[in-house]
Amino acid sequence: MQLRELAHTRTGDKGNRSTLTVIARDIQDFARLETQLTPERVQTHYRGIVQGRVERFTLPQLGALQFVLYEALAGGVTRSLALDAHGKTLSSHLLNIDID
Amino acid sequence: MNKTSIRIGAGAGYAGDRIPPAVELAQHGQLDYLVFECLAERTIALAQLERRQQPDKGFDPLLADRMRAVLPICLAQGTRIISNMGAANPLQAGHEVLRVARELGITGVKVAVVQGDDVLPQLLKDGLELPLIDSDAPLVSLQDTLISGNAYLGADALLPALQTDAQVILCGRVADPAMFLAPLMHHFGWAADDWPQLGQGILVGHLLECAGQITGGYFADPGYKDVPNLARLGFPLAEVQADGTTVITKVAGSGGCVTVATCTEQLLYEIENPARYLQPDVVADFSQVRLVPDGPDRVRATGATGQPRPDTLKVTVGYHDGYIGEGQMSYGGPGCVARGQLALALVRQRLQDAGLGELEARYELIGINSLIPQAQASTEPAEVRLRVAVRAPTRREALLVANEVEALYTNGPAAGGGATKSVREVIAAAAVLVPRDWAQAHVTVLD
Repeated sequence: MQLRELAHTRTGDKGNRSTLTVIARDIQDFARLETQLTPERVQTHYRGIVQGRVERFTLPQLGALQFVLYEALAGGVTRSLALDAHGKTLSSHLLNIDID
Repeated sequence: MNKTSIRIGAGAGYAGDRIPPAVELAQHGQLDYLVFECLAERTIALAQLERRQQPDKGFDPLLADRMRAVLPICLAQGTRIISNMGAANPLQAGHEVLRVARELGITGVKVAVVQGDDVLPQLLKDGLELPLIDSDAPLVSLQDTLISGNAYLGADALLPALQTDAQVILCGRVADPAMFLAPLMHHFGWAADDWPQLGQGILVGHLLECAGQITGGYFADPGYKDVPNLARLGFPLAEVQADGTTVITKVAGSGGCVTVATCTEQLLYEIENPARYLQPDVVADFSQVRLVPDGPDRVRATGATGQPRPDTLKVTVGYHDGYIGEGQMSYGGPGCVARGQLALALVRQRLQDAGLGELEARYELIGINSLIPQAQASTEPAEVRLRVAVRAPTRREALLVANEVEALYTNGPAAGGGATKSVREVIAAAAVLVPRDWAQAHVTVLD
């Protein structure tokens, strides 16, 4: 099924990095999200956008995964040419990733 | 100082935020403090430019409107106001608040103005070899284009202002959460080296600083995350106990919602390593935070801690970074994608022929690939909107880009409509770390 059925997401911007939060709707699903949403998989999903690495932090008590997408914002909000310079819409892009 | 808990409200989450929710909070929130966060990364550089043109400007343009709306209520209820609306000219902002008070016929108002975040002279004198954060280059690479350099001050800079009897405290660049931490330290007497306690105070500030983003704003996704009465979104307040235990809530009857889900999204918003959230006052650790429901529209937040503060302060520098020329044009109906693509190719060719082919550029169709560049449309959309954006060293070249898109009207594919064009100067932000003593905060009380 799509991640959208299991989790909600929000992005934030920090310089040229995007922070991507994934939160399980039901904390029972956190383990499968943690297993399947690897930094490598997220990196692949955002190919063409993320020019650097992807780092992940886990917050099991909140059912949350926190990703940092490096070099993801075309230079950052103050100078990016992108229509969405903050990368605000990137969070929704993750919601269509498949989770078993 | 003897109240066992205090109530802090967030009256704005960004410079242009709505005013009525702040009025609602001031009227019904029984607040001890109302904090307005209005200063984005590059705003202060823009304000600095304005101040150079007009020495009595350079503070937040909505300051007077916000004060007219909340000052009488806050004064009547004993609620103190804290804000970074001083931007690049906190002292003048202070005079502006007094002017508004006189206009309203209010006497006895005192404003404490915190200055000292402007470190540009010191940067130019001693800081040019400092490395830019996120870059290999030193600050000197931006020397000719520098506009501003402002250190993120901490709660320690605000405390002397809180110790006065001023009802309004205005500052320029201060770390956003510090505007919330400072009244907690002031009220509860938290020590400046009680790192776990300061970490919990930073948690309160971080949860509140984006205002409506924790009360159901920026959250709704119909059918998945529904938010009641979003059109009348209320702003948040925190009830904080002396030990830092906090409940996030909002005024009864206001729109939106405060749930564990809204709070979790805001908790991690713009956070990189949750265990090391660098602040001027403390390295806050949110990695063990717990968010627990505490009744309708109430969430209890506990478990933040902290480590000793960094040895340096972060300084945001604003600099001129060329121009962006942009043009847009819409295409609709059968074949709209093909016509949009033809138009993109045509503009690209024209800009190459004009010798601008090497400039950083975006060629895209809104509706297909402007957000995710490699995206493909599975079925033909009813309409697309062409967008070309180019970074150019001069205004003239940027305008040429914009004009090429507009010229698609009579020279491009069939039936393009709704052209828009713009040229804007880019004021970009970068950052360096400086020794703490470069920023010498001081307070001036105006009345």
